[in-house]
Amino acid sequence: MTDARTEILARVREALAGSTVELPETSAPRDLAPVATPEVVELFAERVADYRAVVERCGTEELEERIAAALPAGEVVVPPGLSIGVAGAIVDNGALTAAELDQIAAVVTEARVGIAETGTIVLDHTPDQGRRAISLVPDTHICIIREDQLVADVPDAIALLDPARPQTWISGPSATSDIELDRVEGVHGPRTLHVLITPPRKVTS
Amino acid sequence: MSGTFVGMPAFPEAAREALADSQLRHNLAHATGTIRAKRAKVVAEVEDWEELRLVGAAVKERALLDLETQLVRLEETLTANGATVHWARDATEANAIVASIAKAHEAQEVVKVKSMVTQEIGLNEALAEEGIAAWETDLAELIVQLGDDLPSHILVPAIHRNRAEIREIFRSKMGAAGRPAPADLTDEPAVLAAAAREHLREKFLRAKVGVSGANFAIAETGTLVVVESEGNGRMCLTLPEVLVSVVGIEKVVSRWEDLGPMLRLLPRSSTGERMNPYTSTWSGVTPGDGPQEVHVVLLDNGRTRALADEVGRQALRCIRCSACLNVCPVYERTGGHAYGSVYPGPIGAILNPLLKGVGHDDQIDSLPYASSLCGACFEVCPVRIDIPSVLVDQRAQVVDAHRGGVPKPEAAAMKGAAYVLGRSRRLSALERFTGLGMRFARRFGPAAWIGARDLPDAPAESFRAWWLRTNGGRNDGGRKGDGTDD
Repeated sequence: MTDARTEILARVREALAGSTVELPETSAPRDLAPVATPEVVELFAERVADYRAVVERCGTEELEERIAAALPAGEVVVPPGLSIGVAGAIVDNGALTAAELDQIAAVVTEARVGIAETGTIVLDHTPDQGRRAISLVPDTHICIIREDQLVADVPDAIALLDPARPQTWISGPSATSDIELDRVEGVHGPRTLHVLITPPRKVTS
Repeated sequence: MSGTFVGMPAFPEAAREALADSQLRHNLAHATGTIRAKRAKVVAEVEDWEELRLVGAAVKERALLDLETQLVRLEETLTANGATVHWARDATEANAIVASIAKAHEAQEVVKVKSMVTQEIGLNEALAEEGIAAWETDLAELIVQLGDDLPSHILVPAIHRNRAEIREIFRSKMGAAGRPAPADLTDEPAVLAAAAREHLREKFLRAKVGVSGANFAIAETGTLVVVESEGNGRMCLTLPEVLVSVVGIEKVVSRWEDLGPMLRLLPRSSTGERMNPYTSTWSGVTPGDGPQEVHVVLLDNGRTRALADEVGRQALRCIRCSACLNVCPVYERTGGHAYGSVYPGPIGAILNPLLKGVGHDDQIDSLPYASSLCGACFEVCPVRIDIPSVLVDQRAQVVDAHRGGVPKPEAAAMKGAAYVLGRSRRLSALERFTGLGMRFARRFGPAAWIGARDLPDAPAESFRAWWLRTNGGRNDGGRKGDGTDD
């Protein structure tokens, strides 16, 4: 008896034998727009807010204060590479168990890319964002994204992202439409998503 | 899901029963109406939607027509990323692989992301036989599982249940499966969702093995993608030590950039959102982040049979958005159970016969007829599956499969018609008895046909007889000529 792999591949070959295989072209040419215009920033803020996430725009100097104000009561965890200080935060060392994370009220992370058209934040879980579990289990997620990380639409983001990294695309707080197809926020993921949009990072020459 | 579709009656019989359930029809009309409006709104926002559909179809078609190369590439890249790749010819092989992985880790339970393919192969039942509990974690799947019910929609398997029914299921069944529902449970959707959160959290936190499907598998990079809403997917994909993903071989797309158009098409077509709340992508194992043992089971289970069908193979482009269900006038009235499969609606009416073959099961053979061929399904399909054309082709295949043996009434009627219409004299002879024939048909004709249609009155004289008698109307003497006595 042949093994499953050999047999499935042989079946595929046989199924397509005799078909003229003309591979269709899939990429419509498009101009990628990685530089965030004011319109893109505006649209991003609007679309994230549409999902009933909290959206604030603030200067870099106000950031610590805004984070402190957004934090709920209880403990907060931060990834090891977070560029902003959060007073009293537990820095994730990778050893916190899921059950321990469940006792923590909030997490503060940065992000990789933001998509204006869909109001989506993409995490690729580098040290400024931390491993996937820390931005999942706590009930409040405070996410900092810079204007220069925003792109117009999904294909622009795809072009910037590294597929080798695990990614989490987040569009608003956890939600479901499973009861009579009505959208309800708040199931298993963070029930509060708080997005802070900050100006571009200053380029030091 | 603990019920089973095995032994379901053919569509017409099952549909009749569903149509008599006014609660079901009310629930379905409400839900499909809501989702249709949401979809239309967000699709209208995309200027190049039609072009995007062409690209979506091309992305899937490209991978399907080059499937052998793409699958071998996917296996290579996944393996290089630290995943273990398994191949399964059918449901039995796939279930055995998942069970053996769970057993190797002495797991008595697994947590599951909503996945059509694991329903298709009956994974939960197969694991139960091995003493392993499979917990569904998607809210709608949980409702179906707790209610010992069957899924009736691809996206929202509990679409046939309203909030009051869901409250009752949670109240009476949650306790036996784990944390009971709170005593003050109301039928507010937000309260019901919160109860599901509480009920499932302990299962997520302790789970050793997670089981998922995948919306896309990217050959170039060895990446799997899961699209979801609630965060139950993220829980299952992140917290367990071991992750097993069962992936139909038609889920492969060639390149990372292919994800761009697909992620623009899918959420808008599916839940009617610009983007679904959560999408997870992972490429094998990431040290220090998420499951450290990652398995991928590549499953055939009839897909190569569908691929061999030149007309039908386009059904393998399906990305399971369920837009075709929501617009289908048949689905809206009968609901999903009548289709007797985890894949209901227009896509199910072609996918089931394609995956399983026609001519050996009356239930499957009835599905290509479960349509009025109105074409709404094709218009909304994000990957442009021409469902009506495939339905017609499948009907022809069903008829062909039943040639020889006792002919069905339609076949006999067609043969008779061919005989009569083949010779002018035979037709003239028969025309004299049309009136009598109609009266006979009204009385003794097949009830399923006659019961829903008015048969016209037969004219007393046929056109041909009138033409002969009046010399083409010239000697008609001012009469209307149709020979009726009105």
